[in-house]
Amino acid sequence: MEETMTEEKKIKVRNFHQAKWDEPVIFELSVEGERGIRIPEVEKDIEDQIGDSLSVLPEKMRRHQAPALPEISQMRVLKHFLRLSQQCLGADLNVDIGQGTCTMKYNPKINEVLARLPEVTELHPGQDESTVQGALEIIYKLDTYLREISGLDQFTFQPGGGSAAILAMASIIHAFHETRGEADQRDEIITTIFSHPSDAAAAAVKGFKLTTLYPNEDGLPDVEALHKAVSERTAGLLITNPEDTGIFNPKIDQFTKIIHQAGGLCGYDQANANGILGITRASEADFDLCFFNLHKTFSSPHGCGGPAVGALGVKEKLKDYLPVPIVEYSDDKYTLNYDLPNSIGKVRAYLGAFPVILKAYSWIMSLGAEGLKEVAQVAVLNNNYVLNKIRKLRGARAPYAVGRHRIEQVRYSWEKLTEETGVTTEDVICRMADFGFHLWTSHHPFIVPEPFTIEPTESYSKEELDEYIAGLEKIVEEAYKNPEKVKNAPHQSVVHKIDQSPLDDPEKWAITWRAYLKKHGDKRD
Amino acid sequence: MSSKDKGIHPYIPNSVPETKAKMMAEIGIKDIEELYADIPEHLRFKGKLNLPEALPSEYDLKRHLETILSKNQSAKDNLNFLGGGCWQHYVPAICDEINQRSEFLTAYAGEPYEDQGRFQALFEYESLMAELLDLDVVNVPTYDWCQAASTTIRMAGRITRRQEALVSDTVSPERLAAIRNYCHPVMRVKLVKHCPQTGVLDLDDLQAKISPATAGVYFENPSYLGFIELQGDLISEMAHNQGALSLVGIDPISLGVILPPSQYGADIVCGDIQGLGVHLNFGGGLGGFIATRDEERYVMEYPSRLFGITKTSREGEYGFGDVAYERTSFAEREEGKEFVGTHAALWGITAAVYLSLMGPRGMQELGQVIMQKSQYAMKRLSEIPGIKAPRFVCPHFKEFVVDFNGLGMKVKDINQALLAKKIFGGRDLSSEFPYLGESALYCVTEIHTKEDLDCLTQALSEVVSPNQKD
Repeated sequence: MEETMTEEKKIKVRNFHQAKWDEPVIFELSVEGERGIRIPEVEKDIEDQIGDSLSVLPEKMRRHQAPALPEISQMRVLKHFLRLSQQCLGADLNVDIGQGTCTMKYNPKINEVLARLPEVTELHPGQDESTVQGALEIIYKLDTYLREISGLDQFTFQPGGGSAAILAMASIIHAFHETRGEADQRDEIITTIFSHPSDAAAAAVKGFKLTTLYPNEDGLPDVEALHKAVSERTAGLLITNPEDTGIFNPKIDQFTKIIHQAGGLCGYDQANANGILGITRASEADFDLCFFNLHKTFSSPHGCGGPAVGALGVKEKLKDYLPVPIVEYSDDKYTLNYDLPNSIGKVRAYLGAFPVILKAYSWIMSLGAEGLKEVAQVAVLNNNYVLNKIRKLRGARAPYAVGRHRIEQVRYSWEKLTEETGVTTEDVICRMADFGFHLWTSHHPFIVPEPFTIEPTESYSKEELDEYIAGLEKIVEEAYKNPEKVKNAPHQSVVHKIDQSPLDDPEKWAITWRAYLKKHGDKRD
Repeated sequence: MSSKDKGIHPYIPNSVPETKAKMMAEIGIKDIEELYADIPEHLRFKGKLNLPEALPSEYDLKRHLETILSKNQSAKDNLNFLGGGCWQHYVPAICDEINQRSEFLTAYAGEPYEDQGRFQALFEYESLMAELLDLDVVNVPTYDWCQAASTTIRMAGRITRRQEALVSDTVSPERLAAIRNYCHPVMRVKLVKHCPQTGVLDLDDLQAKISPATAGVYFENPSYLGFIELQGDLISEMAHNQGALSLVGIDPISLGVILPPSQYGADIVCGDIQGLGVHLNFGGGLGGFIATRDEERYVMEYPSRLFGITKTSREGEYGFGDVAYERTSFAEREEGKEFVGTHAALWGITAAVYLSLMGPRGMQELGQVIMQKSQYAMKRLSEIPGIKAPRFVCPHFKEFVVDFNGLGMKVKDINQALLAKKIFGGRDLSSEFPYLGESALYCVTEIHTKEDLDCLTQALSEVVSPNQKD
């Protein structure tokens, strides 16, 4: 066991080794005739009356050759996917602070238990309102809680993630100008480079042209630059705050004022609001729209990348533009309102990912107002604690806002380490895997060279944070003494260095097993 | 402050005062407030959030939630015939066993080095779907069918460099609303009529509307209204003759017995995977897929993650990673293809488990059983005077329109009466498709026994008997 001295307590860097099963691709497990599950039998009466049922299909619409799925017995299917799960490091197992901007916090197990009750899983979204009053109550109440947390007036949970919420914001901005006959004129959205890539990308889907503001030496978008960017073409602003750097933009209300004066609307990307719950809100900064990711700040698990919810809130004047339906409450009953005259229609089927909504509701109920503020404060404390440690690491730095505190995360740089040792962020990432840790680079483009972003959240104990830092310390030490050790990492991972080149080559890439067999030789022969 | 406010919350370890003090000392602050120095006073929220009193005890929280949830009546305790894009199929136990594993449930964006299992499982999902669809490229799931169909149309727009999509007017109205919003103002959406008697696309209307401006023709099979579109080959040919793409939305569970669209000329196929091992979840189990041939001009237009298989530095070892990452918005922001983010990956892994369990024969048998049961249901319901099922003269898969117009009763009232008998009747189509009058969309799957279907028939007979004219 290797040890690094941190404070008074010895912190151990784990000699971690993930399970490595050398598991074949599922098709390689196929044995002709094996079955994984049997289908309910059709009663003889039905068979007698209906026959094989397929004869109603014209020959040209019948599939005669069964799909070439593998044939595998039940236990082997279970074992295969269990083994793959063991080769995956979820936040439950990890000190998952290395995936900055994503708020990898604890996903309480009680919420999973609740979300797996039949009153949740066996609820059809088309059921009569009278039969889903419990579900509607949770949706309505979470809406009112988020109104309080944001200061805005009405929420929808339809968007299936943060990017979908941005698309919905851009759609509402477009529709708003359209009802004023200004949609053709107002075709520009302003964002910043440290706002999430989807703030730019989803706006572009709605046909907007993007103006992206870059940071000044403080790491903040410049008010003067914004003045120059706005015009009668400005449709709106889509901006993250704090940005990916974890620096809060103190002039954010000037930004909204400038946009409003130009006739635009302001959308606040609060996907990650973990450091500011109960501290500052969209309404104080005069935003017209905002969204929260329930799978980030509000504790619903990320599920390898969904299901998720981007909870979208608006001011009263934009309520009529929301996707339908919204849940309302009167006379002791929860009802669905489809009557929103300027509605953008739908951004997802039905009401959204209800289990995610339920988990967020439960999390807020567990914590209450003071608990939410404590979440924010401890998340910020943890972040600045880690910042203080990383600033002292040889080869690492935290660009911008030097000497100042940050909110919930920090975008760091290994530029100096790379210059001095040749060890890059990618190398550090691979070596961290040897210690049972995940580290991420950052969103593109890499304005900060050799970037990495750390967001400790409120969930991890001080000792766990120390352990993560000890991992980084260990790698820095190796980089200066024996850089090859880091460059050749991972040494104890499930796989060795991956060859990326075939994945970018249309002649060689294989997105499915059948494509792989076609391009790289049919092993089934 | 009540006594329980002073307790340390189990989700926040560093709330312990001694820990906090140590950390603050190390940072060099006396008050956590100092960390917020950058947020000016006038932007501060001054009051206390008006939220209900916290329930920090897990037991109290559970009781609270269970009490609210007990106000729901589920499809487990009632006989459910609702479908319409969210379907009640049997969920094998292993599907839930795998998707509740901490390793998958709480993973997110790890590298292939510590999250190899996530990459392989989703690659296998793509591969299993590819066999079902008989196509070589499938994406990591998007949000749902609404999104999958919307992106399918936008992909067609980029591939053909045209701005108009022709869409069958029998697609789900919800989906159509999502498509319209997603396309506006970049692409135009024009509806193509269907034949009132059979439901299938009106080829004369298609011929009248298709033009060199058409990027693609989007139709669904089985349609939202349940009938099978029998002219897929002709529609594809008409699209191709104009340089447009054939775009088909499907229910993948039908593909054990129904021809996959790739075999009747489809260029992009999309749909929803919820039926493949995911519970209804009040609509929260949806996940969209998009599939194409393995051609660069198609692959490069996907906005989604595409996980591929590759080599590693160790001979014979499989590695997995992102294919053509540079096309995504993660890499290129607004220059990328649409956008990518957090969608429905866990349901993709679940669908992979489902298809692995089902195998080729499972999917064939399932398709047949569903058709047998739905045909039996239609036959029985049609025996009730005044009721016509199916409304459209065409083969159906698992859903069908039941026509109650012969009764002079409203579907709304029929469904209320059925509810009193613990039956969730079919989806009321009277506002979605007004020309169908009092009609409802019923869904029958493998979970319905003969007894269930007879029970529905009996209940409906009782409900409608006062209004029967003969």
